[in-house]
Amino acid sequence: MADTRDIELTVNGESRSATVETRTSLGDFLRQALGLTGTHLGCEHGVCGACTVLVDGEAVRSCLMLAVQAKGREVTTVEGLSNPDGTLHPLQDAFWRNHGLQCGFCTPGMLTSLAAFLEENPDPSEREVREAISGNICRCTGYQGIVDAALDAAKTMREG
Amino acid sequence: MKPAPFTYHDPTSAAEAVALLGAHEDAKLLAGGQSLMPMLNMRFVVADHVIDLNGVEGLAGINNTGDALEIGAMTRQRDLMRDPAVAAKAPIMPEALEWVGHFQTRNRGTIGGSLCHLDPAAELPCLMAAYDAVLTVEGPDGAREVPFTEWPLAYMIPNLGPDELLTKVTVPTWAGGHGYGFSEFARRHGDFAIVAVAALLEIDGGNISRAAISVGGADVKPIRLEEAESALAGQAAGPDAFKAAGEVARQIDAMSDTYVTSAYRQRLAATLVERALDKAAQRAGGSA
Ligand code: FES
Ligand code: FES
Repeated sequence: MADTRDIELTVNGESRSATVETRTSLGDFLRQALGLTGTHLGCEHGVCGACTVLVDGEAVRSCLMLAVQAKGREVTTVEGLSNPDGTLHPLQDAFWRNHGLQCGFCTPGMLTSLAAFLEENPDPSEREVREAISGNICRCTGYQGIVDAALDAAKTMREG
Repeated sequence: MKPAPFTYHDPTSAAEAVALLGAHEDAKLLAGGQSLMPMLNMRFVVADHVIDLNGVEGLAGINNTGDALEIGAMTRQRDLMRDPAVAAKAPIMPEALEWVGHFQTRNRGTIGGSLCHLDPAAELPCLMAAYDAVLTVEGPDGAREVPFTEWPLAYMIPNLGPDELLTKVTVPTWAGGHGYGFSEFARRHGDFAIVAVAALLEIDGGNISRAAISVGGADVKPIRLEEAESALAGQAAGPDAFKAAGEVARQIDAMSDTYVTSAYRQRLAATLVERALDKAAQRAGGSA
C-alpha cells in the first residue's frame, strides 16, 4: 500500500491541505494535486531549473523536494507572483517588454529564481544576473532578452 | 522519473534517526536532497526506506569556538555563505561555495550531504581536506570522530557505517590574516569541477610559514599535496615557489574519463595550484 501523509501548507497565500504519497515531489504535487500547472518540470533531476518555486521566500528546485517536506511551509509559485488584482509583477512586465520568453517553458523558473535573487540583490550587474540564472536552462531565447528583462525589472523595483 | 515507492520517516532527533537506520534494511538518509533526490527520481537508487533528516533537532548551525568552526551536518550551503563567522574565520569557504551548484540548489544542499555523497569533484570535500577537518559520526554505540584523511574509503564511499549518521564537521581555523585561494575549472558554471584547488597560506615577513594545498577532481578523492606544502615552508612567497608546487600537482596519478584525459587533468592541476597559491599570497595580511 502506498505510503501517504496528510500535509497542510500555504500556497500563494492560501492554506491548502492534502493527503500525499510520500514519494511525490513538490513539483508534481503543485501541478497534479493543486492544478497549479504554471510550475514546469523539465528534467526532474535538478539540472534545468524550470521547476523552481519559492519555499519560505527561498528559490528551490521543486523536483528535488518532496511534497511532504513542504508541510507547514509557505510556497510561492509563478501563479503567486502577480498582484491579487491581476497586474503583473515587475519581472513579468519586464519579460513581456524585453522579449524575455519565446516558448515559455523556462519562464516560471526564471521568474521565481529572479524574484528571489532581486530581493537580495536589488542592483545587480549583468554578470551577477547571468550567474543567478546559470542554473536555469533556456532553449529558445539565447538569454539576452532574459538578462535585459531582469536588469530592467531591477531598475523598476528600485525606483519603486 | 519518479522515485520507486518507499516508506518515509521523519525523525526529530539524531538518536531516533540512528535507531531507524538500525531497524530498517535498505534505508537512505535524506539531507538537502540535491544528490539523493535526482538519484531516486532516476531510480539509480531504489530504497525501501527514506529517513528525512530535515526535522532533526540540533543538526544545523555554526558555532565559532575561537580556534575552530563547528558546523552541523545539516547546515545549508547557503547559510555557510551568509554566516559572518565563516566569512571572518574561513573566507575560502564562501569563495568555494560560489562554485557549488547554483543558488537554488545551495538553498537546500547541506555540508553533510556533500561530504557523505563524496563526489570526487565536489568542492566541499576538497576544502575539508585542506583544513584537516574532523567529522563526528553518531551510531548505536555513541559518537566517534573521523579525521578527514580517513573519511574517503574509496570512490564515493565515506567512512560511515550503515547505521551511522554524520552529525558535525569541525574545521580548525587558521590565524587571522592568513591567505586563501580557491581555483576551479569546470565546463559550465555550477558543473562539478574538472579540477579544483584550495590553498591556504600563512606568510610571515614575506616567507611562507604554513601551507595547505588540496586538489579535488583529479583523483577519486581529494588529494593533499604534502610534498609541496613542506617544500613551500620557509620559502619566499612568489612565482618560483608556486610554480614548483604546481609541478608537484602535475605528478598526481589523475583519473581519465570520456571527456577529460589524465594528462589534461594533470596540466590543469598544475596551473590551478599556481593560481590558488598566487591568490592566497596576495590576500595574506601584511606581507608579500
Ligand atoms: S525539473 Fe527540476 S530542475 Fe529540471
Ligand atoms: S523561452 Fe523556451 S525555453 Fe526559454
